[in-house]
Amino acid sequence: MGAHDGKFLPRPTPETEIFWLGCRNNQLMIQRCTACGHHQFYPRMLCTECASAQVDWVQASGRGTVKSFTIVRRPVTEAYAAETPYVIALIELDEGPTLMSNVTACDVEKVHIGMPVTVSFEAWSDDITMPLFRPAT
Amino acid sequence: MSSLRGKVAIVGAADTRVGKLPEFSATQLCVDAALRALADAGIGKDQVDGLVTCNSMAEPHMYHAEMIAEYLQIFPRYCMTASAGGGTAFAVLQHAASAIVTGVCDTVVVSMADSLRTGLTREQAMVMQSSAGHQQFETPFGPTVPAFYALIAQAHMAAYGTTPEQLAAVAVACRKHAARNPTAQMREPISVDDVLESRLIADPLHLLDCSLVSDGGSAIVLTSADRAGDFPHDPVYLLGVGEGHGHEHISQARSLTTSAAVDAGRRAYDMAGLQAKDIDVAGIYDCFTPVVLVELEDLGFCEKGEAGAFVADGGLDLDGSLPTNTHGGLMSHCHPGNPGSMYHLTECVAQLRRQAGDRQVADAEVALVHAQGGVMSSHCTLILGREV
Repeated sequence: MGAHDGKFLPRPTPETEIFWLGCRNNQLMIQRCTACGHHQFYPRMLCTECASAQVDWVQASGRGTVKSFTIVRRPVTEAYAAETPYVIALIELDEGPTLMSNVTACDVEKVHIGMPVTVSFEAWSDDITMPLFRPAT
Repeated sequence: MSSLRGKVAIVGAADTRVGKLPEFSATQLCVDAALRALADAGIGKDQVDGLVTCNSMAEPHMYHAEMIAEYLQIFPRYCMTASAGGGTAFAVLQHAASAIVTGVCDTVVVSMADSLRTGLTREQAMVMQSSAGHQQFETPFGPTVPAFYALIAQAHMAAYGTTPEQLAAVAVACRKHAARNPTAQMREPISVDDVLESRLIADPLHLLDCSLVSDGGSAIVLTSADRAGDFPHDPVYLLGVGEGHGHEHISQARSLTTSAAVDAGRRAYDMAGLQAKDIDVAGIYDCFTPVVLVELEDLGFCEKGEAGAFVADGGLDLDGSLPTNTHGGLMSHCHPGNPGSMYHLTECVAQLRRQAGDRQVADAEVALVHAQGGVMSSHCTLILGREV
């Protein structure tokens, strides 16, 4: 049994496979509109700002801040019990988009809104590497 | 532009028993609710030519409303299964009212039920937990449904100084109302300390900041205002309805502390020609305590950031400025999932008919009900009145 067996692993689609491939290469990939410069996440076939179809992939800095968070005291399923309590957070990337993740590698009680964080990567299976966040140093 | 204002009325409203009902399937509860609402309206099933339901999680049907029609052996001209989470029940009124006004049908039953308490298999319960988030970008991290709403609570606390005590006051107010309602699932009074001392589920939400899990069904009968006088009870007219849709997944929310309830509310007020100060009694969707605070603010019952104090000062009580969730709400009356907001609606119908017994709001003329589904995603506001 691996530590992540039974978790809800993402199922990449043609639209998102570059993101998940990026995670496997320890790169946080987001989209940038070449028409208006808007960054967005999750991946889409249009720019949500100007509706252009010219959306390219770029590597994000991986830096962001905690926009909101909670400490989950009761895991969603048994597969998440080992790391309970764990932090669910919304991370606002320096580039603008917000994504959900876990804040790890610190005391859960120390997490707060406005906390600077950086991305780290953790392989959960042969195919899937997850983007997690930890306090910025 | 023509408006739905005053064009339709609720002429029947009823709930099934609620709580733990292992002796009923979710399909039976939906049928039972419909039959009770028809009895309340004093009409038979053959007078129904429109049927709206929401699907059940415990006993889903591919085409749910058609299944209920088949079970009842009715043959409607208008048949729809709706799905917008907790906002479903109210959003469908806009559709049903439009169908009546445009002559598609005359008499619509809206019936919704589920058995989340006793009807779910372990696998179904698991699917329910995991289906609330984005499959790729949220669910893998292990969020629970309370965790999604805790993100809103934390943001509201950080932005406005809202306290856990003020969140708890929502649960206390709902329980106080439930104590006066013989049909409510939880009637034992609770204090703010009881809430704060209950188990932490997802900070800052304690067990008692979370709503119940129930079996139950509820239904209404809707018809044109022209016919509304032909039924046994005082008609309750639809004065305003509005929807607002901000996002589906909370990680995509434009704001964590202001929701599309602003849009839903404004559209309903505009149609009704009324304002927040005109509302006598309210039903505010209360799946988790912070939801009530954000909705009270977004619907204009208090300034942004002030709902915590409003609730803690007794604003939701029977003698408060906005008696709210007088049946006990999802917190204390029952919460069978998507049908949950139906009870806010049937309670407000009872209030406007002056049938609410010990919890009657004196001289209630105008009611507002508001529900949201997803995670503060899809909102719908209804304004109801005794007079057009």
